[in-house]
Amino acid sequence: MSDSTATANGTLAEAHHEHPPYQRHHFETVSQQFDATNFAMWLFLLTEVMFFGGLFTAYLIMRNWYYPAFVEGSHQLSIFWGTANTTVLILSSFTMAMGVWSAQMKRKGMLLFFLGLTFVLGLVFLGIKSIEWHEKWEKSHVPGLRYSGQSFLNPASDPEVYAEYHDKPLAPDMASKTEQYFFLYFAMTGMHALHMVIGIGILGFMIIRAKAGAYTSGHYTFVENFGLYWHFVDIIWIFLFPLLYLISRY
Amino acid sequence: MSHISPVLWQFLVKWLTNFALFPPEASKIAPQADALYFFMVLVSLVGLTIVVLLIVGFSILYSKKRHPEAVQIEGSTLLEATWTIIPLGLFLIMFVWGALLYFRIYTPPANAMNIYVVGKQWMWKAEHPGGQHEIDSLHVPTGRAVQLTIISQDVFHSFSIPAFRVKREAIPGRYTTVWFEATTPGTYHLFCTQYCGTNHSQMIGDVVVMTPDDFRKWLQGSTSGHSLAQDGERLFASLSCNACHNTRPDARGPNLVGVYGSHLALANGQTVTVDDAYLRQAILNPSQNITQGYAPIMPTYQGQISEEGVFALVEYLKNLDSDYRIQQTLNTTVLPADSEGKAGGQTPAAAKAGGQGRGPGEVQQ
Amino acid sequence: MSAATIVSLPDQATARIPKMNFLSKENGLLSWLLTGDHKRIATLYLISITFFFFIGGALAGLIRLELLTPQSDLMAADTYNKVFSMHGLIMVFFFLVPSVPATIGNFVIPMMVGAKDLALPKINLLSWYLYIVAGGMMLYTMATGGVDTGWTFTTPLSTHYLNSNVISAGLAVFVAGFSSIFTGLNFIVTIHKMRCPGMTWFRLPLFVWSNYAASILMVLGTPVLAITLVLVVLERTVHIGVFDPAMGGDPLLFQHLFWFYSHPAVYIMILPGMGVISEVVSTFSRKRVFGYTAVAFSSVAIAVFGFFVWAHHMFIMGISNYAALVFSLLTMLVAVPSAIKIFNWAFTLYNGSITFETPMLYAFGFMGLFTIGGMTGVFLGATGTDIHLTETYFIVAHFHFVMVGGMLMAFLSGVHFWWPKWTGRMYPEKISQLAALITFIGFNFTFFPQFILGTLGMPRRYAAYPPEFQALNVFSSAGATILGVGYLLPILYLTWSLKYGEIAGENPWQATGLEWQTQSPPLTENFPEIPIMDHEAYDYEWLARQQQKEVASVG
Repeated sequence: MSDSTATANGTLAEAHHEHPPYQRHHFETVSQQFDATNFAMWLFLLTEVMFFGGLFTAYLIMRNWYYPAFVEGSHQLSIFWGTANTTVLILSSFTMAMGVWSAQMKRKGMLLFFLGLTFVLGLVFLGIKSIEWHEKWEKSHVPGLRYSGQSFLNPASDPEVYAEYHDKPLAPDMASKTEQYFFLYFAMTGMHALHMVIGIGILGFMIIRAKAGAYTSGHYTFVENFGLYWHFVDIIWIFLFPLLYLISRY
Repeated sequence: MSHISPVLWQFLVKWLTNFALFPPEASKIAPQADALYFFMVLVSLVGLTIVVLLIVGFSILYSKKRHPEAVQIEGSTLLEATWTIIPLGLFLIMFVWGALLYFRIYTPPANAMNIYVVGKQWMWKAEHPGGQHEIDSLHVPTGRAVQLTIISQDVFHSFSIPAFRVKREAIPGRYTTVWFEATTPGTYHLFCTQYCGTNHSQMIGDVVVMTPDDFRKWLQGSTSGHSLAQDGERLFASLSCNACHNTRPDARGPNLVGVYGSHLALANGQTVTVDDAYLRQAILNPSQNITQGYAPIMPTYQGQISEEGVFALVEYLKNLDSDYRIQQTLNTTVLPADSEGKAGGQTPAAAKAGGQGRGPGEVQQ
Repeated sequence: MSAATIVSLPDQATARIPKMNFLSKENGLLSWLLTGDHKRIATLYLISITFFFFIGGALAGLIRLELLTPQSDLMAADTYNKVFSMHGLIMVFFFLVPSVPATIGNFVIPMMVGAKDLALPKINLLSWYLYIVAGGMMLYTMATGGVDTGWTFTTPLSTHYLNSNVISAGLAVFVAGFSSIFTGLNFIVTIHKMRCPGMTWFRLPLFVWSNYAASILMVLGTPVLAITLVLVVLERTVHIGVFDPAMGGDPLLFQHLFWFYSHPAVYIMILPGMGVISEVVSTFSRKRVFGYTAVAFSSVAIAVFGFFVWAHHMFIMGISNYAALVFSLLTMLVAVPSAIKIFNWAFTLYNGSITFETPMLYAFGFMGLFTIGGMTGVFLGATGTDIHLTETYFIVAHFHFVMVGGMLMAFLSGVHFWWPKWTGRMYPEKISQLAALITFIGFNFTFFPQFILGTLGMPRRYAAYPPEFQALNVFSSAGATILGVGYLLPILYLTWSLKYGEIAGENPWQATGLEWQTQSPPLTENFPEIPIMDHEAYDYEWLARQQQKEVASVG
């Protein structure tokens, strides 16, 4: 062996031989492992920002062109359910943060409780979302599959929404652009919901591992990184909510 | 040369006789474009020569045989600066020169003769203001600036005339323009250069450049009997545009006389200059283009008028200079046959001159 | 070995391939399919991209065959369109993008930074699987009739006017995109967090710098392509206009989003290749790369500027004249770092002690062809000349000079350079030098006539063309056969060398990178113990001192 690969100092070499079971073989120290995976997660979230960025660009252009259609389209969304869902998500971000904290404090019971709560809140979010989507289906506001512009050509035909907003009828060409609004609504909330579903899946996996005590022995990297993901998905919603629900209100 | 196969020989002869490095220069801009092109070729050749000389020279001088021990050198800020600044300077010259050329090619002069071009899978249709229609060919005179207003009816196409060094994308849903002034009579290639589906390579044609006299003869020989503006007038009547845009004091739509070129205040607070693109938008997407003071009642004509039809309407509106002509169309609706005799008196050239001579008037402020 | 070589091989009579190495450690298909070892994953990548390269190459052969005659007689126009579309898709997304990073980069970057593996070995394996899934989808697309959108998926053509397999092709590229996102992410994390003690940023080999720059582009650009393709697929299935103006969409939005990725993508392809050239030129001229910092920062500059030039693909598409002005200026700026690199490589030779092994020949080929490719890029970046030259064979020739003349030369240079490290055996030198020469000659014959064709106005993507263009097309097709031979040779003799090549030993090139200071093929964990970097990159004096010490200690 050539001298070029001089031995690293003694402590490093020692750490290599006596590392904890969760340290992967190719890392020198646990903190290196933590740093690396944490950094990777941030980078991944950056790619996610770019991914949603494309959708937001399309949204901004369409909204700029077809503003009246976007306004009346947004009137079809229930601000009540939207607010409820926002609250649920913010709450779940809080419980997730508490989960990370419990893992850091090595409290297994608390970790399980908070992860479970986050899991349930995630499901509640999806439940509310599906109620909203179902309503769109009932009112024929699903572009491509079942769509009718009646609510916009003749707002009075939609008494509930009309009573609240007293929208003026849209010209036919503008009314047809509400389909663009709902297309983007479904694309954006759908993409967000897909991230929620993946998140809930991983949460389920984490709960099972947590029961076996995987995260409460000092190695909570996975919980922390998942927490970052969960907060990110939450933040996406914080943008989606005003952009889709509150168009004419700010 | 008996040992060369006859096929190969013929081929070589053919190649040598037809050999060309660049296409004919048949427009006023072509020599200017080529000047920049040759400047760039020159710079590239010099650059390439320097790189090759450096590589070959150093390879010979410092090969291991001649120079067994390398001498370590860290680098040189002076040299780095040299080969940063000199290329940058050259590139900036090319940038400025190129930009000047680009602005020239894409900024039509005010007195240009306008020809409308529609691209569709897989043909080019040209509409002259005088009512001459052409498919896969374009006749233009020498010595006169010609502006093309281009649109695609389906997918992206690209209108390319290599001999003129001009090219412009035909985009669905919006007008693009390009202009040229042909200099040498002859027949040149017209290509679609943007991939547009199965028969992309069949979407080709001829650009025929004629002397002004020949062109005049050609115009007379290929007329369809009525000008593009007259086509537009007929369409204006048959689509019942005049039901609202009828110049009466109680009209539901704004008066369109002299609207072309004016600054128009819209209901949404914007002010627009009325040009071809705006007119097209206003016809196809009226609710986004409501003139201030009018109700959004105009139906959309999206899907009901072909792009050629829109061109005809735009040409009609461009040349609309008196209330009288609109009122005539009201009769047209009732008696379509009647209109031809009445409106046919105006020659395309006169209509054009009328359109150009009018200053931008303020309407509906 | 003659005096004009630096190759130093161990005594062939006694030399053996080390018994313990990453290839021999475990056997069986599963040990490969479930491996976390970056070197094994790189090997899997090498095999897969070679496979796709030859499919793409065969399609290129068909294109050149069809273009022998002006009529579309060998294939119907429809078939021709599918052939060039598949050629583009396969070459761009399944060969060029993963070629140097996922293959060579995967193999050497962890060793270069002195790590045992990439930071995320499982993610690395996942990205290979994603590549394979995407490749499978692309083959499925091809088997079920292909796709004829061109590799650019131009809307509304792709969304409403074609009835070929746009959806499966789009999803294949979508999946392949995630493969490259994960590779890029892994590299960035590794380069930031896994460097061995003493390995500062400015001691990193330039190959690492250029891959780092390319990884940034992968991580930030590719997701935009992904969402764009999702929108294309949705528009095609749901028939809502995001991009189709007939339905209220914006056709230029697609162009902006697509080129926002696809222009940086060309830097994803070329930057790692530039890294290979830095390594090779330095090693075979026995000199530190001239202006190390300038070369390193020029990579980063390309990555940064690369994000702000995308609209130069749209100069004739009706973006405003002033937007064209800005993007043209930025394009000129991005050309400068490439010029800096070329001159720095050339001056690395100065006062060196140069030998001409195969990797060096390919590197010379790269420098010449990339200079032409880069300069002709300026023709297209200047707005005025772009009008005439864009969408013609000029642009085809330009990007083939950069991608094939540049990138592929760099890839082959790198494969030959690291082959002894990878397999422990040398490739046969004479025949590979011949192959490099054949490739260079064939390449020029194939693609140089296309510059003239483009200047004459011949549009790209034409199945049939006016007869006066035939002569140059015949030249080009003839050159392609030479080029084909140039590419077939390496696969033959490299395979041969796996068994019969000379034993390479630790450091046949006397190179300074950390990867050369360990056995060939390396151990699974690369180094017996984590190295400490105590010298600058490309420090040949340090290497000489090391060898003296070794001789002294043995003697």
